[in-house]
Amino acid sequence: MVDPIFLLEAAINGVLLGGILALLALGLNLIFGVLDIVWIAYVDLVMLCMYLVYYLAMIQGWPVWLAGIGGVALGVLLGIAVHLLIITPILNSPPVNQLLATGGLLFFIQSFATFLWTTDHRSIRLTLPILEVGGIFLSFARLASFVLAILVMIGLYLFLTRTFVGTAIRAVSQDRGAMALMGANPQTIYLVTSAVGGALAGVAAALLSIQYSVHPYFGAAFGPITFMICVLGGLGNMVGAFIAAFILSEIISIGGVLWSTEMGYVIAFALFIVLMFIRPGGILARRER
Amino acid sequence: MSMLELRNVTAGYGHFTALWDVNLRVDRGEAVAVVGPNGAGKTTLLRVISGVIPPRSGDLIFEEESLTGRAAHVIVGHGIAHVPEGRRLFPRLSVADNLKMGAFLPGARARFRESLTRVYTLFPALAERQKQRAGSLSGGEQQMLAIGRALMSHPKLILFDEPSMGLAPVMVLRLFDLIRRVREEGYTILIVEQNVRQVLKLVDRAYLLEVGRIRMEGRAAELAEQDFIRKAYVGL
Repeated sequence: MVDPIFLLEAAINGVLLGGILALLALGLNLIFGVLDIVWIAYVDLVMLCMYLVYYLAMIQGWPVWLAGIGGVALGVLLGIAVHLLIITPILNSPPVNQLLATGGLLFFIQSFATFLWTTDHRSIRLTLPILEVGGIFLSFARLASFVLAILVMIGLYLFLTRTFVGTAIRAVSQDRGAMALMGANPQTIYLVTSAVGGALAGVAAALLSIQYSVHPYFGAAFGPITFMICVLGGLGNMVGAFIAAFILSEIISIGGVLWSTEMGYVIAFALFIVLMFIRPGGILARRER
Repeated sequence: MSMLELRNVTAGYGHFTALWDVNLRVDRGEAVAVVGPNGAGKTTLLRVISGVIPPRSGDLIFEEESLTGRAAHVIVGHGIAHVPEGRRLFPRLSVADNLKMGAFLPGARARFRESLTRVYTLFPALAERQKQRAGSLSGGEQQMLAIGRALMSHPKLILFDEPSMGLAPVMVLRLFDLIRRVREEGYTILIVEQNVRQVLKLVDRAYLLEVGRIRMEGRAAELAEQDFIRKAYVGL
């Protein structure tokens, strides 16, 4: 029998992991909800930003927070570049072509990263303390990234609900033509959406950098779970993705303590398949259409 | 002096031509109707004016400036608001957020609070439902919201496309009262309607559009007296 204190620790670690996963999923989901295109290569963009954070912090010797901001800036640029170079030309193509295009980008980024930087794992060697609270050990790095992830998500929520541009992002996903009649160029709104999605990828990269090392297959490690969260929450449904991130991260974390990390993933994927049969539209599927 | 002028406008979709050589004018402060049967090209006419589709040939002049071929989001900025067919609200946004989108243009954004108060004064029913999703409103309330959203951009000219469509008969009468009140606020209006009898009471002048061509034009009161119109459209 596992000591309850380990379970509690695992549950807390699950929450901390959930914050980062939710951030990853919200960026992907925002873009999907508005443009109706899945950026298969989303987590690979995160990986590129992580390489920049590593480069700035370790090679250039920037403070980590500044390197993180550099990662966010690259995320914005990548979001804009992917939108203009890859998404805009295929915006009205059949969905399968869109998947092939963004999927092709994934292989391009992975191979190019391997070619440039080899398969070595690189990590910003940040020595952050381990906190002990009542017999529970928590990594300060995880706690800090969780808090920052939550703050960024609150910021995203306020942006989407309080500002004119954020509201326009939600509106254009409901009726592109009507938004043009409001005086907004739908193409500009799409570009802003991709830039915001890119910025979120950059933030995720900065927060992941302080916990994980980066390598060319980072996208393969975090990509599937990110898509799973989006689908489980209902593609395009932000609240659903937020909740789904915590459900899956808890399963992975607690399953990891009870059996093994691999088993945690197996249970998470199995539950995902079962839930897809029960609620194909996601856990918070909209009933009206 | 004319505010809006269409000169020899031809327009359509693909190989289909919906409008042939249409000439039309709306003077400042005037209310003008375009009436005609289903499929006459009335909606296409409004779409050309608001830039949703470009004309194939001909000119669109608004306040002495040619707007021919400009995109829809540019034309709104010149002061033409379009209340489209089927209202086209953002169903999952709240009433307040729909109105906010009406004020998306930078100039309108600066006057957002003031405009919001004005729309809520004009349509108190919307004020009561600010936080409700637009999709959950009744047909009449949705039409009010569509009109209110158009007012938020501080337009000079408002285009109405079949505002009475899908409304219960009681609501239709109330709707025409509302449009009358919008008119009294000083807006210039171009309205397309199937409800010919009601709309001719509202406007100064009207055009009869049939199979993409202007067949007749004149003072509303005179058109209403024409035997031809009375029999075909007014149902008397």
